[in-house]
Amino acid sequence: MEILVCVRRVPDTSENEIQLNSAGNDIERDDLVYSVNEPDNYAVEEAIQIAANAGGNVTVVTVGTDEDEEVLRREMAMGANQGVLITDDAFSGSDGRGIATILQAFVQKNHYDLILTGIQAEDGGAQVGGMLAALLDYPFASLVNSISVLDGDKLKISREIEGGNREMNEIDLPCVLSIQTGINEPRYVGMRGIRQVASVEIPTFGASDLGVDSASVGAAGAKVKRTDYFIPALGKGAEMLQGSQEEIIDKLIELMKAKGGLN
Amino acid sequence: MARIFAYIVHKGGVADDSAVELAAAAKKTDAGASPIAVVTGWGPELDAVCESLRPSYSEIWKVANQAIAYPNAELVRQALVKVIPRDSIVLVPHSHFGIDLAPGLSIKMNSAFVSDVVAIDGVDGTALKLVRQEFGGQISAHVGCDISSGVVLTTRPGAFKLQEGAPLSGAVVDKSAEVSVITAKRRYLETVVAEAGDVDITKQAVLVSVGRGIQEKDNIAIAQELADIMGAVVSCSRPVVDAKWLPKSRQVGSSGQTVKPKVYMACGMSGSFQHLAGL
Repeated sequence: MEILVCVRRVPDTSENEIQLNSAGNDIERDDLVYSVNEPDNYAVEEAIQIAANAGGNVTVVTVGTDEDEEVLRREMAMGANQGVLITDDAFSGSDGRGIATILQAFVQKNHYDLILTGIQAEDGGAQVGGMLAALLDYPFASLVNSISVLDGDKLKISREIEGGNREMNEIDLPCVLSIQTGINEPRYVGMRGIRQVASVEIPTFGASDLGVDSASVGAAGAKVKRTDYFIPALGKGAEMLQGSQEEIIDKLIELMKAKGGLN
Repeated sequence: MARIFAYIVHKGGVADDSAVELAAAAKKTDAGASPIAVVTGWGPELDAVCESLRPSYSEIWKVANQAIAYPNAELVRQALVKVIPRDSIVLVPHSHFGIDLAPGLSIKMNSAFVSDVVAIDGVDGTALKLVRQEFGGQISAHVGCDISSGVVLTTRPGAFKLQEGAPLSGAVVDKSAEVSVITAKRRYLETVVAEAGDVDITKQAVLVSVGRGIQEKDNIAIAQELADIMGAVVSCSRPVVDAKWLPKSRQVGSSGQTVKPKVYMACGMSGSFQHLAGL
């Protein structure tokens, strides 16, 4: 089975506090720690496991800049067979549909049975997978938290729905699935693994290689544009307790008793 | 101004809370709007939902088709594409179903798409002004969207509240004839109900709840020690379950359990909306 996994490099919210820059038009990007988008990493692990069990190849692809190559290498160190970087100045400022259009062009130049994405990026909208599927006229399922390969070019999948329940579906290949976190336990990637793939060549493709009309992507083609960032107004009812640790504990217990929460 | 349609999620003959929230979101888009509810399904349950929406919407479009008795997003999408005119504004709740349906619907309607909208600032010409949150709600963004060829929006559950007004007495319009044969390459099989855990966190008076900030598995024991002293049970948010540090039955949130304790002590939680939805 030929599997494509679409990944993104994003600011890691477990390592950074996201703040507004001084101009107020973007987040403060100096000193940000970036990593592979967490659900995308689960998608790569799932692809590697499927390929190991059912046979096949795993390709990881990202639409971005040279800086994004590091996440491709990380996923290759994890076990993906190859990485592909799609990059072009004309792609800058793409909205979700623009990214899906670029990926569609790449998929149509190749052959994949299964395309995986993470359910959502930290700054994204849970949109590219569903859009890509619709552009390709492939079936789609979101929030996928288990996959098993059936005979006859089909998969049995479950989707995470409310209350921890699971919606079971059968889906024909080729298809696009967006992967929920927790579907597996992504393997650890050490420095040694990353060094081993450090010199592997990563092919890059631009707009003309893929036959993408520059007017349909990038800022030129984007119908959706972020105009600025702002810090949401503080909600009511929050109170910061101050003092030594002992004093804070005393105040907290007092508060909980006063409000009838503790006896 | 383009017409506004609200996709109504329903179950067991009862419309989801999002039905009235979408009506509120439509008013934020255009104060003079008379949004149209679109309800897909089959049988008496569908009729009951349509009837229940008459006080909230001036027009309810009913799409009865046995193939969508269960809401398979791929089939529902085909039905909506046949029924809803191009260039419309289509509102869908940002739920597990909306995430399945809406991105592909925007492609097939050839319209713009913005997901998980938390506020709508109105329309300026062909530009719709919206607010989204990024990075787990740490920061918000104003988003401009060109709606000259329509738009599909998903709205965050609970973000839009309906202003009290005189109840409407909407008309139910049967659009079923416009949707004939629809087929899907994905087939719904069954719903598997979550297994009960060792304790039922929905019945606890006091919960000590841990999130990603607990950092490592061994630190769960600290929360457990505190819970023991407080007569509480330890619950958690999604990253702790993903890491397999606690079972799924301990998870509070939209994809876990909804709890109502007297005390909820959250430790190492960022407070994402998916988590808060479980409180």
